[in-house]
Amino acid sequence: MRRAEVAAAGGAGAVVAATAAGLTLGPVAAAIAVAVVLAAAVAALWFVRNRFRSWVYQERDEDLIVERGVLIHRLSVVPYGRMQFVDVSAGPIDRIFRLATVKLHTAAAASDARIPGLERDEAARLRDRLAALGEAKAAGL
Amino acid sequence: MTDPGQSGAPPEAGSPPAAAVGPQGQGMTHPRQTMLDQGWRRLHPLSPLVRSGRGLVAVLALAGLSTSGVIGGGTGTRWYDLALPVLVAVAALVNWFVTRWKVDGVTLRIETGLLRRDSRQLPIARIQAVDLVRPFFARMLGLAEIRVRLAGSGDADGRLAYLTEAAAFALRARLLAAHHGLDPATPEPAESVVASVGTGRLVGSALISAIPLAVVAVAVGAAIVAVTPGGLLAVGAPLAWWLIICGGIVWRRVSTQYAFTVAVSPDGVRIRRGLLGTVAETIPVPRIQAIRMIEPLLWRPLHWCRLEVDVAGRLGHDHPEGTGEVRKALLPVGTQDEAMRLLRVALPAAGGWPALSPPPRRARLKAPLSYHFLAAGHDGMLAVAITGRVRRETTLVPLAKTQSVRLVQGPLQRRLGLATVHLDAAGKRVRAEFREREQEQARSLVGELATLSRSARRQASLAAAPPVPPGPGGDDGPAAANGRDTAVGPVTEEPGRQAPGGSGGSLPRTSTGQAASVASPVNASQSEV
Repeated sequence: MRRAEVAAAGGAGAVVAATAAGLTLGPVAAAIAVAVVLAAAVAALWFVRNRFRSWVYQERDEDLIVERGVLIHRLSVVPYGRMQFVDVSAGPIDRIFRLATVKLHTAAAASDARIPGLERDEAARLRDRLAALGEAKAAGL
Repeated sequence: MTDPGQSGAPPEAGSPPAAAVGPQGQGMTHPRQTMLDQGWRRLHPLSPLVRSGRGLVAVLALAGLSTSGVIGGGTGTRWYDLALPVLVAVAALVNWFVTRWKVDGVTLRIETGLLRRDSRQLPIARIQAVDLVRPFFARMLGLAEIRVRLAGSGDADGRLAYLTEAAAFALRARLLAAHHGLDPATPEPAESVVASVGTGRLVGSALISAIPLAVVAVAVGAAIVAVTPGGLLAVGAPLAWWLIICGGIVWRRVSTQYAFTVAVSPDGVRIRRGLLGTVAETIPVPRIQAIRMIEPLLWRPLHWCRLEVDVAGRLGHDHPEGTGEVRKALLPVGTQDEAMRLLRVALPAAGGWPALSPPPRRARLKAPLSYHFLAAGHDGMLAVAITGRVRRETTLVPLAKTQSVRLVQGPLQRRLGLATVHLDAAGKRVRAEFREREQEQARSLVGELATLSRSARRQASLAAAPPVPPGPGGDDGPAAANGRDTAVGPVTEEPGRQAPGGSGGSLPRTSTGQAASVASPVNASQSEV
C-alpha cells in the first residue's frame, strides 16, 4: 500500500521521462528512458519496501519505541512524559490511500520518533493516546 | 501537598504580593512609578537612546562623513541624509512609548507594539535563566537590561531594555524568588563564589587559542615571500588583516569573559563577566540540561579546560556582548580541580563520576582517530561520554534530563557489530553519545538508560514537591507564553514560609525549580540529595 506511493511516482516519472525523451530525441531514446526509469523505480520500490518493513513501533507503558532503517538502523525510545506535542500530517498521496504520519516532538531536536504510513484511524487513535499519556505523565524540563 | 486554595487560583487572580513596597499604582500606564507596585510600568526613558544608540551613532557618523565629503564626493547635506537617523530615533521613541510591563503573581507580562500589539506572558515558574545585561553605553548611564529565558522562547521574547540598575536588581531578585516559590519580596540570598578566572589565565588561554590562526597566517606569508621575494607587498595587507582579525577574536573573548566569576546561591548558579559591558547570568540549578567539558589540544599540556552548560531555549540572533547563546560558559578556562568543583555544584544530583569504559578495540576501524579518547559510562543519575580527538569533549547529561534515548547503527558499524547510543537532552545538539559500543551491549544499554532515566526523573519530580498539573501542551511547551491556562503551581505568597528563617535572605530556597510551590520539608530535603 505504501509502495503505491513509489509505484505511482515511478510510473509518473516514467511517463514524464518518456515524453521528454520522445519529444527531444525520438522513440528509441524514449524506450531507453522508460526502461531506465522503471528499473530505478523497481529498485526504489524494493528499497522502500524494506524501509517500510523495517519500520516498527511499539507502545509501552512508559515510552514509545520506534525502530527503522535499512542502511542506517535507528531505534528511538521516547518517554511519554517528555513529549511536547504530537504532529499528524498527511500529504496528497497519503490522503489518497487514507494514510497519515504521526510525529512525536520532544524538547530535544534530535529525538526522532516518526511513524509514517499509518491508517488514518490508527493515526488518530495513536495521536489521542499519545496526547493523553503525555499529559498524564508530563514531566518538566 | 498542594494547598488547594492556591493551586486552583488562576494566575491572574493571584493577589498582588502583600509585601509590595512603594506606592500603589494608580493609572494603568502612569509612566513614573517605583518598582514593586503592581501597575504597569514603562522602561527607563533613556532606553530608546541606548537601544538605538549604536546604530544612531553609526548612521550619524556616516552622514557626517558623507557631508564632509570623505565618502560620496561631498555634495553637501541633503534632507534625506538625516531622514534615516531621525526615523530610527522616532521608531525607538515610539517603541518605548508603547512598551509596558508588569509582574503579577506568577507571570511577567510585557506588552509592546504600536500597530501590532504584542502581549507576552512569561510564567515565572518556567524561567530557565535570568540574565542581567549591561552593555557599555547603558552601563555609563546606570541602566541595565533584564533578559528572561524560557524553554521555547527566542532571545527577544523576555527582554526588558532598559531599567535602572536598582530596578533591574530588584526585578531579578523578585523573579527568582517567585521562581523558587517564595514570597516575591524576598531579598536576594547571599551567594558564595565558587570559581573565578584570573585575567592572566584568560588572556593566556585566548592567545593560545589564537596561535594556530596566527601561525597559519605567518607561515603562509613566509612561504609566499620565500617563493616570490617581491611578494611581501602583495601579501602584507591581507596578512595584516588576518592578524588584526586574530587580535579581534582574542579581544572579544577577553572582553566578554573578563573578571569571570561563578557564584552559587540558593537562586542558582550566577555567572558574572564582562569588561566594558557586563553580564550577570543566573541559572537555577535544576534548569541545567547538560554540561560539557572541553579540552582543546593546545590547552591540554596546561591541564586547562572549559565548561559549558546547556539550558533549554532557542538561540537568538542578537548577541549584544555575546550573551545570545543558550550554551553558556560556566568556566571559560580553568584547571581540572576547579572544573570538578563546579561540576559538583552544577550537578548536585550526581553522586560521583561514573565508571567509564572504552569501546571494543575493533572500533578503531570505524573511528581510527577519535578512538583514543572514546569512552562512556553511566550510573543511576548521570551519563558521561567522551568524544573528540583534537578537542576532547566530555558531555555530562543528568539522567533526569534525558528527553529520549536513541540507537543508531550505520552500515559500517553493523559490519563491525558496533552501535552508537545517543542520550538526548533538551536542545539542538545536546546529547551524550555512547559511541561505537558493542552491538548487544548497546541494545541493552538503550533499555537500561531508558529505565534509569525514568526512575531518575521520577525521583527528581518527587523532589520537586507537588506534581505539576499538566498544562495544555505539556509542561514547558514551546513558547509557553500563556500563563493563564497553565495551572502551574502558584507562587506562594504566604509570609509564614518566611517566618522560620527570620530574614528570608538566609533561608535556603528549595532548589527544585519545577513546580514553584510549597515544598514540604521532607521534599525540600530530598531535593538536596
